[in-house]
Amino acid sequence: MSKKIIKGKVFVLGDNIDTDQIIPAKYLNLVPTIPEEYKKLGSYALSGLPAEHKTSYIRNGGMETEYPIIIAGRNFGCGSSREHAPISLGAAGCEAVIASSFARIFFRNCISTGELYPIETATDIAGNFKTGDEAEITIEGADVHITSNGKKYTLKSLGDVLEVIDSGGIFTYARKAGMI
Amino acid sequence: MGMTITEYILAKASGRRRVDPGDNIWVSADILMTHDVCGPGTIGVFKREFGEKAKVWNKEGVVIIPDHYIFTADPKCHRNVDILRDFVKEQGLPHFYDPGTPSYAGVCHVALPENGHCRPGEVLFGTDSHTCTHGAFGEFATGIGNTDAGFVMGTGKLLIKVPASIKFEIDGTLLDGVMAKDVILKIIGDLGVDGATYCAMEFSGPAIDALSIDERMTICNMAIEAGGKNGIIAADKKTVDFVKAHTDKSFECFKSDKDAGYLKVYKYRAEDFRPCVALPFSPDKVFNASELKDRKIDRAYIGSCTGGKLEDFIAAAKILNGRKVKVDTFIIPSTVNVKRAMEKEKIDGKDLFTIFREAGCQEPGEPSCAACLGGPEDTYGRCNNKEVCISTTNRNFPGRMGSIDSQTILASPLTAAASALTGYVTDPCEFLK
Ligand code: SF4
Repeated sequence: MSKKIIKGKVFVLGDNIDTDQIIPAKYLNLVPTIPEEYKKLGSYALSGLPAEHKTSYIRNGGMETEYPIIIAGRNFGCGSSREHAPISLGAAGCEAVIASSFARIFFRNCISTGELYPIETATDIAGNFKTGDEAEITIEGADVHITSNGKKYTLKSLGDVLEVIDSGGIFTYARKAGMI
Repeated sequence: MGMTITEYILAKASGRRRVDPGDNIWVSADILMTHDVCGPGTIGVFKREFGEKAKVWNKEGVVIIPDHYIFTADPKCHRNVDILRDFVKEQGLPHFYDPGTPSYAGVCHVALPENGHCRPGEVLFGTDSHTCTHGAFGEFATGIGNTDAGFVMGTGKLLIKVPASIKFEIDGTLLDGVMAKDVILKIIGDLGVDGATYCAMEFSGPAIDALSIDERMTICNMAIEAGGKNGIIAADKKTVDFVKAHTDKSFECFKSDKDAGYLKVYKYRAEDFRPCVALPFSPDKVFNASELKDRKIDRAYIGSCTGGKLEDFIAAAKILNGRKVKVDTFIIPSTVNVKRAMEKEKIDGKDLFTIFREAGCQEPGEPSCAACLGGPEDTYGRCNNKEVCISTTNRNFPGRMGSIDSQTILASPLTAAASALTGYVTDPCEFLK
């Protein structure tokens, strides 16, 4: 079983972060399969957060984030089916979102695109982190955990979908499995 | 144990006798719908994965309805529709509703049934979360992303997990002034925005049977706002009559068994529903309109796949007829067909547009999604500043209708119209006495 480590700063968010906050509708004129526009989508990741979020996910004028890990509460990614949402995060350099639950289409889009790992927690752990904390996620089969400031939090296993994301999304997975 | 209607449809689509919640199955799609926001990306995925020369799995099954960013000067939006046009031409696709031509339709979820693409017992995938609307026709309909849609485009199949079903049984008769929008808002308020995550939401009971097709669509449309994978209402005579009037294709109607397994059953009395609204910034912040008399609004918006169908405008016109609005009021028919029907529909001898004009509403917008999801800054009805907008749309997340400083209050067309008359959130019953 291969071991995957994701290391870096965390970005902390609350409940019900919807797709308009992840990527505002005015940027949906960008087409994710056009390489320059894919990059551009990354530069707008989480630009729809209300003003009370003091820290931006992308530094002004930048194209990428310094936070490869997002930790949020319930129902992350609710709202529209826009794949632009996981793609903008992935293009910005986000590698994993940890949340106590995910909205279904967002979760599915993470897997199908292979852009990032959507990892669920058994309890809401967002309160134990602050934006900027250094952390390390380990994914080794069913053993998934995050460590930060010497503390370790166990996360839910990704189950069947780990293989799909690891292989790079639904197409590579379906090919490997001989489905297409 | 018996099966639910959703399970029956998915069993048929996967060539099995039975399926159970949690099963991962490959299902065959009958229809794949895409629009101008997700179509270009879907086509990009399809070409990247299947090659430049690849053909779609079934020309009849692909329906392309540009509707989101149509009436804007934004060049990228026009480029995106051009990508759709090129693809339709290259593939020889028969079902394309091209802006600027007589085939232009308007908002996809209202245009699909109008054009005969919704049929009981089928599987419909769409690159739009409100694809769940079409469960109103007794079919399995759900929203997917570009990558999955690209997969369906090439193979006609998709790997999905069978959702568990939650049943909502509504007994009795809805009171005057209460619309389908109030029913679904109340249910979302009770469940929370993630209360039905991954589940099929099945609506039944005498109050649902009594609803028109337009109103059933409103209910299923907002299943996603409780996290649902699909909403569904068993087809009855009304459904069959409607569908037969729009298509010659044959179809099969399924019903849930009496002993079908549900994750949960919620029973409601229709008489307990009241006109209600959802306050910013979440569709589950639901209150009765009568409790919020001091809540000031700056504008009213009547439109979208949720609240821009013919019956929605008839409802609004009943309130606005012979009265004057106090705030900017935007009227946006969802489709060209709805617009035409509004010209023909008469109340007191006046068509709906005359009623809206006399009431002081803004010049109506062209059929499209318009400001339902904000869009480019020149979009009709977009909230570009700090406006508080009472709206018949389906989402009120921060910045949903434009500026991050604006606020959306979700309401039925009756409530939105009544509020437009007073400038405050208003229970429409005040005007229906
Ligand atoms: S009207 Fe609004 S909710 Fe409906 S498809 Fe258009 S943008 Fe989406």
